[in-house]
Amino acid sequence: MIGDVFTWLTDWSHWTDTRFDTGIITQLLAHIRFCAMALAIAMVIALPLGLFIGHTNRGRWLVGAANALRALPTVGVLVLLTVIISPQFQGRTDTGFLIPTVIVLVLLAVPPILANTFAGVQNVDPGVRDAASGMGMTGPQVLFRVELPISLPLIFSGVRSAALQLIATATVASYLPLGGLGRFIYDGLAQQDYPQMIGGGVLVAALALLTDLVLSTVQRYVVSRGITGRYSTKQVGAPDPRLAVVTEAEGARA
Amino acid sequence: MIALADGASSSPLHFVEYFLDHRSEDLGLLWSHTWLSVVPVIVGLLIALPLGWVARRHRWTYPPIMSITGVLYTIPSIALFVLVPPLLGLDTLDPLQVPIALTVYSVALLVRVVADGLASVPEETTQAATAMGFRPLERFFKVELPIAVPVIAAGLRVAVVSNVSIVAVAGTIGLSNLGQLFTQGFQLSTPDAYYPPIVLGIVLCVLLAVVLDSAVVLLNRVLTPWRRAVRT
Repeated sequence: MIGDVFTWLTDWSHWTDTRFDTGIITQLLAHIRFCAMALAIAMVIALPLGLFIGHTNRGRWLVGAANALRALPTVGVLVLLTVIISPQFQGRTDTGFLIPTVIVLVLLAVPPILANTFAGVQNVDPGVRDAASGMGMTGPQVLFRVELPISLPLIFSGVRSAALQLIATATVASYLPLGGLGRFIYDGLAQQDYPQMIGGGVLVAALALLTDLVLSTVQRYVVSRGITGRYSTKQVGAPDPRLAVVTEAEGARA
Repeated sequence: MIALADGASSSPLHFVEYFLDHRSEDLGLLWSHTWLSVVPVIVGLLIALPLGWVARRHRWTYPPIMSITGVLYTIPSIALFVLVPPLLGLDTLDPLQVPIALTVYSVALLVRVVADGLASVPEETTQAATAMGFRPLERFFKVELPIAVPVIAAGLRVAVVSNVSIVAVAGTIGLSNLGQLFTQGFQLSTPDAYYPPIVLGIVLCVLLAVVLDSAVVLLNRVLTPWRRAVRT
């Protein structure tokens, strides 16, 4: 079986589009496209909100409310929104499935980013904050020059855990007629073409691992060395995505 | 497949009627969903306890154990479901593939929680226990583990709640659990939306998650009576 999967993955004709089938490259780009879209929207919503709530300590209930969202079964919400929204786009290719999928993905990505941004700003040592204002920094200066850099490791672990959930859930979205790497898993299952199904699983797992690797590399360069304690030789490991889940007290993974 | 009853309403609020109409089948789905959500976490905890102990006891094993479990936890659930049979030499679509994949997730999450929980035991406490004549194994079960319970319970809550959602994903590859209600609802929704099974599935999943979460919280309270004594 492993040999068959290898054969399926290394057959170039599976990577390019043919008259009958969409190839791996196209599905991979589709997968990345809606994950990136959802992650961007979620960050635009959750980052400013988390910074605001953490800095002013107002509206903490929002963080709790966002966390409660996570008890919802992702597949169920995906199907529900599709059934509500897709009839409005009858006949227009993928749009009817794309919109509910992106909404669900955004709903999924907001809680970990929001909770971690909030927790990051909250956990800043009050002495550091006082010292910053004592030096004459204004509120926004304290937020952007002190609190934000110090919370970056936690914010990153939130973004990483959000990105992983997006990749996982975007795969499940192929269960609805929508493109993405999940196509190979669900089509392989339906056609009892198990090398294709397992090959799809390999691709999804590889995408998730690579994404996490890329984000952790970005994190290494963005987070100040004064915070990670990573000077030339001694190094502290990057926070691991599970940490985000645990610090948020409650979590669901698709 | 469930045939639509004549004149059945498609309003989302009619999920209760839908449940009563297909009671025995829906209860069966709920039961298998519960079973799949709970058992892998218990098995996962039993595996994570010794692993977490090793990671704590022999410090050099901590980084490799955490990287391996971190990688496992990074793999999306649906991919892990289809990858488990070939990796373990099982038949494709073996009934054990989903429970095994869920157990892997629970182990991956709980190993760190167990190790961190054991790390939360104050050094003086272990020293006092040793001085009182506890042997290492006895000390682990009677002193260190009970003190680590709150941290482990917090991890268990995350594991159980996320499992409920992941089990529903397994429904999309044909396993019979509450995820099937979503498939039914989707199939019944052409040409017009038919909400009751979808809403019923969401409601039952959320209820299950809340009940299991509360069970862990309760268990934590029962196992740590001294914390209540301090608080009051």
